[in-house]
Amino acid sequence: MSLNAHRCPNDHLTYPGHELCPDCGEEQTDTIDLSDETATVVTWTTNTATPPGVRQPNSLAIVEFEVSEAPSASESRTESDGDDSVRAIGQLTEDADVEIGDEVRPVYAEELRDPDAGIREKASQEWDGYRFEPV
Amino acid sequence: MDRVAIVGASMTAFGERDAWLRELLAQAGRECLADADAAPTDVEHLYVSNMASGEFEGQTGVPNALAHDLGAMPAYTQRVDQTSASGGAGVYAAWQSVASGASDLTLLVGGEKMTHRTTTEATDVIASLTHPVEYKHGVTLPSFAGLTARRYLHEYDAPRESLAKVAVKNHKNGLDNPHAQFRKAVDLETVMESPIVADPLRLYDFCPITDGSAALLLCPESLADEYAPDDNYTVVSGVAGATDTHVVHERDDPTVMGGAVESSEEAYEMADREPEDVDVAELHDMFTILEFLQSEAVGFFDQGEGWKAVEEGVTDRDGELPINTSGGLKSKGHPLGASGVAQIYELHQQLLGEAGDRQVDCEVGLACNVGGFGNCVTTTIVEEP
Repeated sequence: MSLNAHRCPNDHLTYPGHELCPDCGEEQTDTIDLSDETATVVTWTTNTATPPGVRQPNSLAIVEFEVSEAPSASESRTESDGDDSVRAIGQLTEDADVEIGDEVRPVYAEELRDPDAGIREKASQEWDGYRFEPV
Repeated sequence: MDRVAIVGASMTAFGERDAWLRELLAQAGRECLADADAAPTDVEHLYVSNMASGEFEGQTGVPNALAHDLGAMPAYTQRVDQTSASGGAGVYAAWQSVASGASDLTLLVGGEKMTHRTTTEATDVIASLTHPVEYKHGVTLPSFAGLTARRYLHEYDAPRESLAKVAVKNHKNGLDNPHAQFRKAVDLETVMESPIVADPLRLYDFCPITDGSAALLLCPESLADEYAPDDNYTVVSGVAGATDTHVVHERDDPTVMGGAVESSEEAYEMADREPEDVDVAELHDMFTILEFLQSEAVGFFDQGEGWKAVEEGVTDRDGELPINTSGGLKSKGHPLGASGVAQIYELHQQLLGEAGDRQVDCEVGLACNVGGFGNCVTTTIVEEP
């Protein structure tokens, strides 16, 4: 399992990936695995009224990864405004106590919510992923 | 160009209703036709704004059902789903149908039946609009509100109480709305001490789940006199819609509601109006934080300043720019597909001088209807003829 940011030839980054880069419409041709990187908390919440199959309470954070890896050397690059960071959303690990600006790292979880309990068709998507744990 | 007039409007009581969706839609549709003294058979286009009747009650195909129940055959029918902004999107579709010349009389009915489900089940139905990477983490619309509210308070040094004051204001307005789900005043302390739902937001920062329906009847302004004599109609002078990212965390600035910025700019341009011209507004306060974000995005206040307007009473009913005189989604309730239609119902009543105890002095009204967490937004400007 990896936590992949997707990159287009103009070095725009998104998580998750899209059919075409939302910034420039080019195809996203490259991925960067963020699962071994650390990120900064942009904001967080603890939701106490959670839907069927979701742990209660459910603490969530939006985090931002700095991407230091050298941009893909691409000859088709037409813009110079490539991204050097990318955001992701995810659950916080149990009892994690965070504030805006704290550093966190991804921790793999096999099942983030019970796929049989909610309205979404189980087979239509993945249910594993990464929680964030304070460093 | 012939402008598009609203010649009839209605809404049912919002709240916990025994009626199911078909009956709610029929009630609002019938009352709307009666308001304009129009015959069902005169309706050429019939639009139904609804997010999730299949998911909520296993009833699909509601526009056709409504046409039959009202005797509006052979009107062309269509369902409009734009999640929580289905109502606003329906206003846009109804406007298009008349403005294009395709229909000389268009009935728009928005509605949703939700309260037979538990709050968490209803929350899950709504959360099904999220991206798989959001849904698998149990992300809900209320959690987006908590995440965004924390960031807003942090960035603009706004006090937590300013959000609570939105709830206090809108509940106070709802006291005078006979259709509102909650006709109950709440004080600051009650809001601030209510249970946490999505930290830092509490129970009273959220709208309830609601059953209800609202309707509008639209025609070319040149025919308005037939249904609404003595200029007893209003005009849709500007209407537009826009989308923002589906994945909410991909927005450059989480405190900027891009869809509201884009759709309002276009609506102002069409109406040849500026934010300063607006006398009364209905904003989509599904969560208190959303009233700040939209009041800034549609240009009423600078970015990060919306909270100050609430603190200073600018948006009170007797303030310079009354916002959510109806009580908003917060107190009136939020039957998803009905809400955007009910916003225009309120503006229509205000502009006709028929808002009773809620009446404010106004000539131009604006409504902003938000789907997802700003994922898709419509802005509508309504005026006196």
